[in-house]
Amino acid sequence: MATVPLTLERRRIKVTPFQILSYVVLGIAALAVVVAFIDGPTTFMQVLVIGLSNGALYALIALGYTMVYGIIELINFAHGDLVMIGSVAAAILLEERLGQTTSSPEGWFWLAVVGVIVMGLCGLFNATIEKLAYRRLRNAPKLAPLITAVGVSFILQNIGILTNGSAPHSRSSVLPQGSITIGSIEIRIKYIVVIAVTIPLLLLMTWIVQKTRVGKAMRATAQDRDASQLMGINVDKMISYVFILGGALAGAAGTMFVQVNSQTRYDAGFRLGLIAFTAAVLGGVGNLLGAVIGGVLIGVIQSLNDSGLGWFPGQKWTQTVLFGILIMMIIFRPGGIFGKHQQEKV
Amino acid sequence: MMVTLTTIFIFVVGSAALYQFAHLSSKKALIAGACLAFAFALPHLWFTRETDGYLPLFTIVLCAVYALFALGLNIVVGFAGLLDLGYVAFFLVGAYVGAWFMSDFAVNVSSGWRNVNFHFFDAASHKIPGIHLSFWLVIVLAGGIAAIAGVVIGAPTLRLKSDYLALVTLGFGEILPEVFRNSDNLPTGLNVTNGTKGIGPVDRVGMGFLAAIPGIPKTIVSSDYRTKYYVILAFCGMFVWVSIKLRDGRLGRAWMAIREDELAASLMGVPLMRTKLWSYAVGAVAGGVGGAFYATIVGTVNVDTFTFAFSIIVLCAVILGGMGNVWGAILGAVVITWFNYTGLVWIGTKVNNALDTNFNFVNLQFGLFGMVLVLMMLFRPDGFIPAARSKQVKQAEQELAILQEEEINEEIAEAHA
Repeated sequence: MATVPLTLERRRIKVTPFQILSYVVLGIAALAVVVAFIDGPTTFMQVLVIGLSNGALYALIALGYTMVYGIIELINFAHGDLVMIGSVAAAILLEERLGQTTSSPEGWFWLAVVGVIVMGLCGLFNATIEKLAYRRLRNAPKLAPLITAVGVSFILQNIGILTNGSAPHSRSSVLPQGSITIGSIEIRIKYIVVIAVTIPLLLLMTWIVQKTRVGKAMRATAQDRDASQLMGINVDKMISYVFILGGALAGAAGTMFVQVNSQTRYDAGFRLGLIAFTAAVLGGVGNLLGAVIGGVLIGVIQSLNDSGLGWFPGQKWTQTVLFGILIMMIIFRPGGIFGKHQQEKV
Repeated sequence: MMVTLTTIFIFVVGSAALYQFAHLSSKKALIAGACLAFAFALPHLWFTRETDGYLPLFTIVLCAVYALFALGLNIVVGFAGLLDLGYVAFFLVGAYVGAWFMSDFAVNVSSGWRNVNFHFFDAASHKIPGIHLSFWLVIVLAGGIAAIAGVVIGAPTLRLKSDYLALVTLGFGEILPEVFRNSDNLPTGLNVTNGTKGIGPVDRVGMGFLAAIPGIPKTIVSSDYRTKYYVILAFCGMFVWVSIKLRDGRLGRAWMAIREDELAASLMGVPLMRTKLWSYAVGAVAGGVGGAFYATIVGTVNVDTFTFAFSIIVLCAVILGGMGNVWGAILGAVVITWFNYTGLVWIGTKVNNALDTNFNFVNLQFGLFGMVLVLMMLFRPDGFIPAARSKQVKQAEQELAILQEEEINEEIAEAHA
């Protein structure tokens, strides 16, 4: 039987006050960027690079959020704190166990080794948390796993306090401290390193999810858990893999975070996590490419804001700006800047 | 002697009154009367006199304040089933309302306000400039403004899915302290919040005509934790009464219907937005009242007090006691607050002395709250005192499952026949 197209009637284009408001906000934001550029073109370009580098880190973290949400619809509140755990582990391994404190080829080599180890550790750790805490609650009311995740986040922060102290702990960085100059723009090398490390990781992740058999099974599980189980996919295993992948990205982000900032503290993950979640929402939760773009966008917005150029209010208001974006996005465009708002399933 | 007599009097009269007017069974009325009498006698017991003991008076007062917060959050999380991770926002609003209207801060707002001197039934000396209102009026103001804040935060967010709602409330809870921290030098030169310096000292509480009763002072001096305890206890009692009345009334049943199945509730004609907003507003009132009272206890309001950890502590209290159970919320708040302010240090000192170690047990605070949340969710999601309603729901679900199984068995039998 031929299906009758349901969209015969042309939809009237309605402009709601909310839409007008959102366009006005977007317009002001775009104007603010232009004003900032006029205010200080050189600083603007430097800030842009810092923003891209921060954004790359946020993208790594946001991917973990988005993948977990995509497969079990859980906002993994503890994900940011896993990044913090990764940063502490990397600092302890590199600085205290291997004694690498200065920038040298030997230091870079060990940094790479430590990065891989920390990725593995964080991945396994994340999967263990899932197995112990979230798995039993998979069919519980939706709030139960979220509250559990908040609890896990606090436990991880406590581990951070016990291993790293309750104050910010300075850690030495083995990244080159110099900078290169293009024209009149001075760019710190460490920011370039972060971007250079992040991009292959993101490509690798995309390849795993899009091209491999396991990735296909993951996507199937995300789409319909019961149907994939009937097709012979081991759903528990797939969910574990997703947590391992997300955890590994968090470990990489943590390693880079402590190297770039030369310090870490137990509650660093709380803010990182919230910012990355904002990035994930910006790109549409569950959308991998969206998370990356959202991360980069948020990174650029944050560093522009912190620079205080033009109309940007400066570092004092960072949280207000970022969480303001989060709240506005969730209220007005919960599907992200690309996605469409989906009605809740009954 | 006086205290003992009053305690016995409260026990007898309280039990009798509850039996007669609240229609409790005689056993329940006796237990409730005993609880009342214990709550009255608590600050007079021997162990509260030691400041480094296991239950100093200051901790008892804080336990009561947190019990009020937990009662408020219990309405939002427990009754209406809306996860609020930003309860600290209402605490902050209440505390700042208390500080604004009960201190000399008003003279610092701008140069034009230098000579502000407004007193209204207050306990402060009339020589001190600034705005000084009666504590009781400020409590009403704080509750009202917090309720308005609840509606303002709730109106755009309450139609969201449950987990998104949690994140948005968390966002508000993070933004508000930053706004208050940075509002000491607004573009027009206004200093609204005094930034990181905080506002203080906050006036004492005047007891007004209640001072005519022997034993009640005219104003509560800062070290008089006993009277502070009775004041906050009275507010807790009032809020318990309000909670129970609301729970058993039309609004409460609407909240629980939404908690259990939002779609079904809306199909049955429950106005979702209005009902949810009411839960936010009522829950916020407790936060505001507790916040204003907190301002008078500590004397200064500092923006660094208002952290995400506070929201989690109150959430822990509600979950530990049992979501949706008024008495559970109080019990949870008392246990959690005790651990937070006294228990960890007290246990830590004992353990360190016994083992001759030097471990800082306060460092385990976050892990403790985390463990409470995780373990309760995994093993006892209904809390230590499950609400009567959730027991009923569970029983109904079990009966339904048995019925369905029987039906399936019958069908199988028919198919075989």
